[in-house]
Amino acid sequence: MTAVIAPPQIETTYLGWAKRRLFASPGDTVLTLIFGGAMIWFFQFLLDWAVVNATWAEGGKELCREVSGACWSVIGARGRLIFFGLYPYEEHWRSTFACLLIIATMVLSCVPWFWSMKRLPVLWLSGFGAFVVLMYGGIFGLKVVTTEQWGGLSLTVFIFCAVVVIGMPLAIGLALARRSKLPVVRLVAGSIIDLFRSLPLLTILFTAAVVVPLTVPDWAQGNKLGRVVVAFALFFACYQAEIIRAGMQAIPDGQEEAAAALGMKYGSRIFDILLPQAFRNSLPSTINQFVITFKETSIVTIIGFFEIMASANAAVGTGEWTAQYIEVYFFVGFVYFLFVFGLSRYGAYLERRARLSNVR
Amino acid sequence: MVSFFKNSRLRAWFIQALVLLATVGTLASFILITRQNLLDLGIATGFGFLDRSTGWPINFALFEVTARSPYAHILLAGLLNTLLVGLLGISLAVLLGVIVGLMRVSRNFVLNLIGTTFVEAFRNVPLILQVFVWYAIFTHLPSPRGAISIFGFGFLSNRGLMLPTFDMSGWDIVIFVLGTGLFGYLIASFASSRDALRRHVWPLILGVVIALFVVLLFIGRTPGEAIINVPELRGLRFIGGVAIKPEFSALLVAIAVFGGAYIGEIVRGGILSIDRGQIEAARALGLSNYQVNRLVTLPLAFRAILPALANQIIWLMKATTLGIAIGYPDYFMVVSTSINQSGQTIELLSLLMGGFLVINYSIGFAMNRLNRHLAIKGQGG
Repeated sequence: MTAVIAPPQIETTYLGWAKRRLFASPGDTVLTLIFGGAMIWFFQFLLDWAVVNATWAEGGKELCREVSGACWSVIGARGRLIFFGLYPYEEHWRSTFACLLIIATMVLSCVPWFWSMKRLPVLWLSGFGAFVVLMYGGIFGLKVVTTEQWGGLSLTVFIFCAVVVIGMPLAIGLALARRSKLPVVRLVAGSIIDLFRSLPLLTILFTAAVVVPLTVPDWAQGNKLGRVVVAFALFFACYQAEIIRAGMQAIPDGQEEAAAALGMKYGSRIFDILLPQAFRNSLPSTINQFVITFKETSIVTIIGFFEIMASANAAVGTGEWTAQYIEVYFFVGFVYFLFVFGLSRYGAYLERRARLSNVR
Repeated sequence: MVSFFKNSRLRAWFIQALVLLATVGTLASFILITRQNLLDLGIATGFGFLDRSTGWPINFALFEVTARSPYAHILLAGLLNTLLVGLLGISLAVLLGVIVGLMRVSRNFVLNLIGTTFVEAFRNVPLILQVFVWYAIFTHLPSPRGAISIFGFGFLSNRGLMLPTFDMSGWDIVIFVLGTGLFGYLIASFASSRDALRRHVWPLILGVVIALFVVLLFIGRTPGEAIINVPELRGLRFIGGVAIKPEFSALLVAIAVFGGAYIGEIVRGGILSIDRGQIEAARALGLSNYQVNRLVTLPLAFRAILPALANQIIWLMKATTLGIAIGYPDYFMVVSTSINQSGQTIELLSLLMGGFLVINYSIGFAMNRLNRHLAIKGQGG
């Protein structure tokens, strides 16, 4: 005799939801009440500080004494310093425009139409090229602004894009070299990758900024920003190369063998068969690497570049607004958050999409 | 020429010879040019400078370091600072990460929401920004006169956190740390082969460690002096106790919180990867929620997350170098100051890289051992 037990009923009403997710057991109820209360108190406090008791009024720091909450006036007073650093005042529009251009490039590269081994590099090279022309000037009647004067958000964005644009081809090269059939090539690529991955980024950037002038001939030195960006790109490439290699390992051997059997040349096998699949396999990790890289651009502030983190420090460093450090850090944190959160949400979306399309 | 490149074996030799030549050539030119440049600057190469005194002090060290200490001592102090903040920060981060990870998979909506908020808030902002924020908060606390008292035993001010200490010398502490490790290892390996002892390993270790501590505390002390040294406000500063500097606390808190957010996500991924049947079976056996977590979910999840956790731990260890931004004298900071002061660029840089290689490979080695120890026996060897 078998008794059939009905499947557990899941109540879909609000009450049912609350019973399942908030008050499932006495212990659960206690937890909900304690932590729920603490959380409501915390968000109430945050809201009071950031909105209710805050001021946005323009003016000096005298305004801040009149409010008990956040004094966002500091953003109005120091916003240009935070966003543009030392960039000449009358050229700020160029910096703004350049940043918008890169953001547009980022958004466009999220469109599936651009996902090919030809379109994506072309998009990024032209977006990045236009960015550099706008920022540096020298042609189309734009005044030259040397890299020493670059700063704020546009320097952050520049370092990120340059690292990705230079680092990505390097990563592909390193990944291919590491799976090469030639032992010497494999060994050299493997040593470079392992060495860079086991050192902190800061030590590598410091070496590039301070020590490299001693170790290379004068003609190869370039300027400090260039050296740091190249070193950062190498660091990025070593991590990204391992991600691409993992993506390649997930491809069945038959794919490359079939391509070889059809008589395809090495270059064609790599760029038409192997790499597109490797990139699709490693998309989540790649986006994760982008996220990490964007956050790590802030490290260059230690070796003396004036990107958004350093300009935020400068904004509160001068006597007048020292007390408003929380507001400024909050604001800069929010700018980073917008970029990073957006990118990681997009990564999560792609992952979901890939999972769904794999279901047959 | 064409037939030369058609011959794949010859071509392989040719390419490899070229790569080898380029690598060796680049390295050789680095070394030669650097030597020449240093000679021009009048700097002698070699490790002799390690015995010279530095002429500059550092503001935080585990043992007595002054401006007259030799470079070797300052470098060692920096290395110990890195290990101290790194190991403490990572331990806190793992603890926090496990809590956050459990919150993220909890059925309770409120816990879930708190976990998610925590992760999104701290993972999406650069670590260095968080270091600056904590440092700014800790240095904007009231001055020693208006210090926040913690039950009269500790004081929180803009000079740091003052805590009471046991009256022990530096060597006592070194002996205690080494002894703890040694006895722990001996007892654990002794007990693992004896069934009767195996269940009492932790109480045993704890007892021996406490006994060691008490012995060290009472050996060689001047009679009549207090055992516990409580900080006191005298004029504008505190006397006695131990000061935990804001530089240290800021870096520690930032690493613990940032690492906690990342490790929370790793733990969550590990828990979600567990076969649901395992958890359902545990519930069916009548285990309580706590027992299911402790005996089934966490051990299984721990196995799944160990490789990712090892990577994250190494990453956090490397991230301690950010301490230089707020003036915490970690290994990187003392090395870079030494480079500025002495000009012994190549030697110091190789010491820096060597130090981090040793630290990272040790962590990697320990994690691999742990991984092999925990791997499910009998599955694929």
